[in-house]
Amino acid sequence: MQTKDINEDIKWAQINKDVLRSMENPRMGYWIAVAMCVAMVGVALTAEILQYTTGMGNAKNWPHMWNLYIATFIFWIGMSHSGTLLSAILHIIRSDWRKPIYRFAEAMTTFSLMTAGLFPVIHVGRLWNIYWTLPYVSDRGIWPNFRSPLIWDAFAVFTYLTSSALFLFIGMIPDLAICRDNAKGWRKKLYTALSLGWRGDDRQWRNFRKTYLLMACFLIPLAVSVHSIVSSDFAMSIMPGWHVTTFPPYFVAGALYSGCAAIITLFICLRYFFRFEEYMTIPILEKTCKLTFAIAMVWTYLNLIEFASVWYGHNAAEKELLIAKFTGPYSPFFWAMLFFGSVLPFTLAFEKLRRHIPTMFVVSLLLNVGMWLERWMIVSPTLSMGYHPIAFDVMWPTMVSWAIVFGSFGWFGLLFLVFVKIFPSISMYEVKEMVYHRRRVARDEQAHVFHRRTGDHPSSGTATPGLEGA
Amino acid sequence: MSLRNLLENWGDYRKGREQGGHHKYEHMWGMAIDLNLCIGCNACSVACYAENNLAVVGKEKFEKGHALHWMRVERYWDEPNLGEARVSEYQVHGASFVPTNCQNCNAATCEPVCPVAATYHTPDGLNAQVYNRCIGSRYCSNNCPYRLRYFNFWSYYESSWPAPLHMQLNPDLTVRDKGVMEKCTFCVQRIRAAKDKAKMENRVVAEGGVVNVGDQPFKVAPGRAKVQDMEFQTACQQTCPTSAISFGDMLNPDSQVSKLWRSHQVELGKTSQKKPNPELRGYRLLEELNTDPRVMFLERVREV
Repeated sequence: MQTKDINEDIKWAQINKDVLRSMENPRMGYWIAVAMCVAMVGVALTAEILQYTTGMGNAKNWPHMWNLYIATFIFWIGMSHSGTLLSAILHIIRSDWRKPIYRFAEAMTTFSLMTAGLFPVIHVGRLWNIYWTLPYVSDRGIWPNFRSPLIWDAFAVFTYLTSSALFLFIGMIPDLAICRDNAKGWRKKLYTALSLGWRGDDRQWRNFRKTYLLMACFLIPLAVSVHSIVSSDFAMSIMPGWHVTTFPPYFVAGALYSGCAAIITLFICLRYFFRFEEYMTIPILEKTCKLTFAIAMVWTYLNLIEFASVWYGHNAAEKELLIAKFTGPYSPFFWAMLFFGSVLPFTLAFEKLRRHIPTMFVVSLLLNVGMWLERWMIVSPTLSMGYHPIAFDVMWPTMVSWAIVFGSFGWFGLLFLVFVKIFPSISMYEVKEMVYHRRRVARDEQAHVFHRRTGDHPSSGTATPGLEGA
Repeated sequence: MSLRNLLENWGDYRKGREQGGHHKYEHMWGMAIDLNLCIGCNACSVACYAENNLAVVGKEKFEKGHALHWMRVERYWDEPNLGEARVSEYQVHGASFVPTNCQNCNAATCEPVCPVAATYHTPDGLNAQVYNRCIGSRYCSNNCPYRLRYFNFWSYYESSWPAPLHMQLNPDLTVRDKGVMEKCTFCVQRIRAAKDKAKMENRVVAEGGVVNVGDQPFKVAPGRAKVQDMEFQTACQQTCPTSAISFGDMLNPDSQVSKLWRSHQVELGKTSQKKPNPELRGYRLLEELNTDPRVMFLERVREV
């Protein structure tokens, strides 16, 4: 059974070779995947053109003014959180097992934000005027309404998108220099420009480390605030089921949850298609699964808190809505959400299942289905059942909105597919660091501590594993 | 909301609506609807369609929920649990009717959530909707507990008024295109005309100050038009065959509306009204949410 996060005998040249190989010579499967993604985007584009030319009535009705678009917007924003979790939070707490997998997670962050950012644009009635939500200087002296959570959204998403793209880029500079040294033709030009003259001398590394750490520290509160702000779209309103104090942590937990599940999915895909078995190892998958399990339990707990506070709060409208969620027309989806979100993650608690890749692939996809349902179950039931009984109405999404939601996955996939062929999806320099540290530790007295698994060495529980010697 | 306004009037912004927010009021239009008189004939709704250029969307879109009835007459049946089954409408007491238009809340929930400030409080106390500014995020409708805001899901100006019907459009206000939120304006075009007329005839209150409505003080602006009570009517009020709807300036203590509010002891700025005796039938919709609506209903009295 493989217990080491990474084989510490791996040669550094081998790391370069393996990662650079993944960026070359796309096979047939790659082009098929690209074609599928383009087709999905095409479907969404057709639907959007129809909606743009005829009207929002294709997707919405009264009183369901928000529906799938906003639910999917939250879903994509949520997915963007785990990249920051892996690259920034785990960087600061020095969990070095993140190193082989954080790059694609960060790319996922940026691309899911780019997908999420499209949804408010698609969803507004007059999208040609959406720039009015930004505080630009105009001769009319009109500003956006700074009290509106939607404005906070616009600021938060833009800031997060900029910072995460910058973070992704900064973390990639040493790798881009490696690419530059091994590339020819247009790639050479591209990487030369992007690597910003990286030579790898001491001063550059020192500055690089500082910048990276600073960005990491900046990004953590930002990531937490972004989804809290998205949750305030609901929490700041007065509608039952939305006006919930625990929404900010609930949203952040849900965001990390769906993001981690997506990381598992992409982990397995990259490992399989790019033959990254040496880097994306089973123990790292296991650690990601454990993290996901922990977050799933936090999410479950926050769910229970919400139910309890509604139940004991004795607000008639909210209580009625909660009962309707459990028993009403949306109940199949609500129960499915609870099953996928709270019961299914228990598969992650078993070592046998955790190490079985096909199971984990299916489970991670289903976890994300559950998280998407969660977002839908936040948005729609409240709209179907507010305060005023004349406006109680259930609405099922139309084909146009399904098409756009479906296409957003194609858009995300397309961005990701382009990324993995142009940029290294594993951080070469950080894997080398990890190998270097592990090599030292492996020779060290502490080796058995560092690679300890439960039950392996019952006598050596006192020493703490760490990188102090590194 | 210009920057200068923000900086210069910061103190006003921070004050609550008890003082009228940052406004100096000119008027505060309010309504009272007597449900005892309402016969549910829907004439108010039709009048509103005619006056405010509301599009007729057709049966199919109406059923989908795309209708734009600013004044909608809600029907409620006494018997509970009828649900959607549309059981025979034969009832002991028949239906109750509640004509609901925008409640023009003093603490409107739609206003703070609009990202572009397309809906705001005017010095007339109206909860105005600026169609040109609206980008259609529809947050206001989601946050309206009465669901009294309607969205232009489609473009209707070609289909709804085929020639020569376009000749019947009211030239005093616009025809809204797709992607814009709209709602009852208390016939703002008639208000505007009446105010202009008053100013032309030099009927102006020169001094400002504070006017009390109940125990709520409202700052008023100097030089405001002195519109007489019943000088104009809203379309629904004008059309109501039983005169169930009264409308007027609540800052004017002698207006019909003010008298009705006073006589039924309904007060602004309260989340519940004291009802010392059953003769007082006044109530406001969902006032416990602290939206402070300016439409008062008078309960229907029934034999049991």
